[in-house]
Amino acid sequence: MNLTVNGTAHAVAAKPDTPLLYVLRNELGLVGSRYGCGSGLCGACYVLIDGRPMASCDLPVSFAVGKQITTVEGLAAKGELHAVQRALIAEQAAQCGYCMSGIAVSAAALLAANKRPTEAQVRAALDKHLCRCGSHNRVVKAVLRAAHE
Amino acid sequence: MNKSLDSHLALADARRLTQRVHFERDGTVTIASGKVDLGQGISTALAQIAAEELGVPLEKVCILPASTAYSPDEGVTSGSLSIQDGGKGLRKACAELRELLKRSGKRSYWELEVAGDIPAEAPEKPPAEYRLVGKSVPRLELPAKIAGEPSYVHDIVLPGMVHARVLRPPRPYARLVSLPAAPAGTEIVRDGSFAAVLAAREEDAIEAAKKLRAKAVWTDDARMPEDIYGWLKGHATENKVTKENADPVAKARGVKRLQAEYRKPFICHASIGPSCALARMEGEPLEVWSHTQGIFGLRQELAMVLRLPEERIVVHHAEGAGCYGHNGADDVALDAALIARMAKGRAVRLQWTREDEFAWEPYGPAMVVALDAQLDAQGNIVSWRHDLWSNGHTHRPGRASKPVLIAAGELAPPFERAPAIDPPLPAGGAQRNAIPGYEFPDLLVMHHYVREAPVAGSSLRSLGAFGNVYGIESFMDELALAANVDPVDLRLRHLKDPRGRAVIDAVVRESRWANWKRMEGKGHGIAYARYKNIGGYCAVVAEVEATHELRVRRLVAAVDVGLPVNPDGVANQVEGGCVQATSWALKEAWRPGALTWEEYPILKFSEAPAVEVHIVRNELPSLGAGECMMGPTVAAIANALCDAASTRSARRRCAWCSPKRGSSTRSTS
Repeated sequence: MNLTVNGTAHAVAAKPDTPLLYVLRNELGLVGSRYGCGSGLCGACYVLIDGRPMASCDLPVSFAVGKQITTVEGLAAKGELHAVQRALIAEQAAQCGYCMSGIAVSAAALLAANKRPTEAQVRAALDKHLCRCGSHNRVVKAVLRAAHE
Repeated sequence: MNKSLDSHLALADARRLTQRVHFERDGTVTIASGKVDLGQGISTALAQIAAEELGVPLEKVCILPASTAYSPDEGVTSGSLSIQDGGKGLRKACAELRELLKRSGKRSYWELEVAGDIPAEAPEKPPAEYRLVGKSVPRLELPAKIAGEPSYVHDIVLPGMVHARVLRPPRPYARLVSLPAAPAGTEIVRDGSFAAVLAAREEDAIEAAKKLRAKAVWTDDARMPEDIYGWLKGHATENKVTKENADPVAKARGVKRLQAEYRKPFICHASIGPSCALARMEGEPLEVWSHTQGIFGLRQELAMVLRLPEERIVVHHAEGAGCYGHNGADDVALDAALIARMAKGRAVRLQWTREDEFAWEPYGPAMVVALDAQLDAQGNIVSWRHDLWSNGHTHRPGRASKPVLIAAGELAPPFERAPAIDPPLPAGGAQRNAIPGYEFPDLLVMHHYVREAPVAGSSLRSLGAFGNVYGIESFMDELALAANVDPVDLRLRHLKDPRGRAVIDAVVRESRWANWKRMEGKGHGIAYARYKNIGGYCAVVAEVEATHELRVRRLVAAVDVGLPVNPDGVANQVEGGCVQATSWALKEAWRPGALTWEEYPILKFSEAPAVEVHIVRNELPSLGAGECMMGPTVAAIANALCDAASTRSARRRCAWCSPKRGSSTRSTS
């Protein structure tokens, strides 16, 4: 199978029903997408499939063939982090950071579709992402900050 | 593991922290601290302290990941003590180095021979001269995490490693009777009731584990008691007086007696990343990579269970997802080590599943707190009795002569596991913060320790302080109502400590407590505690809405943690703790069988309250900031719910912290 991840084509050996997450982490070494639950309920493993945020932990890799896969590692462009990532750092919007890759990916998709989201829209867009450290309000502030950059 | 490990191995026997500070050839300073980063940002704060005291730029300082190979044994990273104790030791060490440099006549640390006489009584920089400590600095490791770089134990890859999944039943009671054969391409390892499946590819291990779990036969003989609170009260094994100040004359002045019972359910740590560990045992030593809070305690437990001398075991710390106490980190590490012992020299990466974590993590123990007080004719509290029932709150490895971790009890033959215990006060476990911070003339605090545990429990952020402060501060509001006194006034009447009074004053002012407009279905509440009675001070005001749904709208917290080393780090911890405590209060109560985020939901983005943090600054010794807000937050929310419930349309919707009080209080979800 061939996958296009962060703009680069890769031939992968995994079986078609392997969840995309394990192909990304173990075969391609892209460990930014994190394992959280294996059933699409926590958001830690989110990636963009043709620009749409989706859980990769229960998505068969065959589904992503022929589509553009963007992981957190692919948000940066020309050596510079994405505006959302820069804002997350500027707001110190994390503690352990384990949930942040998925959040960054979803927030980037939100801003691509809606350049000036309201606070309620940001919260709604991130509601599938669980954060246990309680960084929610700083994350929302960061996404709004990125929208105004 | 890396170059720094090798360059520090020679120091493995050095006892002085001073000798853990290394001036590297590339002009950096590396420090082997015994404290570990749990996502709380401690490595940044410790780097600030070292840079300040040494007088070198912050960016030159690097705190190494802890390892038993070269780190000093600073115990467990817990109890909000990393800054209080770890920071203090580091500051002293760096002051000694500065003094050594001064006396040597050398121009820089990099020309210094540290092996010589270390001046023991080196003067430390006066806080008034601080330029770096007390300033907010960005977290040093955050950019790599946000970029998605390898940052966690989960991301470590060892040459030739195999992926493992443990095969435990979905309930923490059953035992393994039989397992089917391993699916093709996978391999089962088993020792007694401890079993795991191995595969070269992670997805194959996952699939095989699913199949094996479905067909495995488990016994199912034990059950959790239906009424855990009644069960706890009926199973006390030790009844100890925690504090007694009998004053029968004062008690006799009582004209009104109130009694109430408060209940705290089992609460999960619920880390977003389930526990994970790697282990390798090719020849010697056994190497383990773990997100444990205590590398030396874990090493001791591994030595006991694997019957190896400690010198033949190295435990490396690598970050995990936030743990907020003792989660599955140590259990998964023992699991990985046992698997490595059976893996014929191959390195093993063991990832617990989400279901493993919910079924097997050591939960924050359930508690019952019964309070009994008397008011005099002027509405002063003249007598106070506090009884608490709980299992021990500490089940960490390395503290007992018997193992504590799950797998130890599953081997053939099984080890007898030590029960969870409570360290003595002032830290305490279940009895943490059971002694009220207020002055009451007649006082009795009783701790009813329950040895037998229906399910395994251990330290969860703030330990017993959460249940005790929830009880005490809820009861203070009940008494205020009974005495017809403002809840703030009643607290201030009985609180002498000026720093405690100052955080209450600050939160009252900043929340505009006095300007609150009473509205249908809405309520506000206040609560206060000094963590452990010797740590950080925290007062919280909560504003809630309890109509068609229950929402915490706003939390205002005021804290005094002495000199805040990294004020934004303190604010971040307090904000996060307030949100987490809101989640505990509104949504969380573990029940057997809860294995997924659907069965154990936590607070979502759309439900998080606005949080304002006010740091009452001073230059007194720094105190830990990570836990002081938990009890006050839940109590403030509970008090706000009561306030809202006194309006007609309020309905309760929370998991367990009930707005209906008194001895008839029941916890249901």
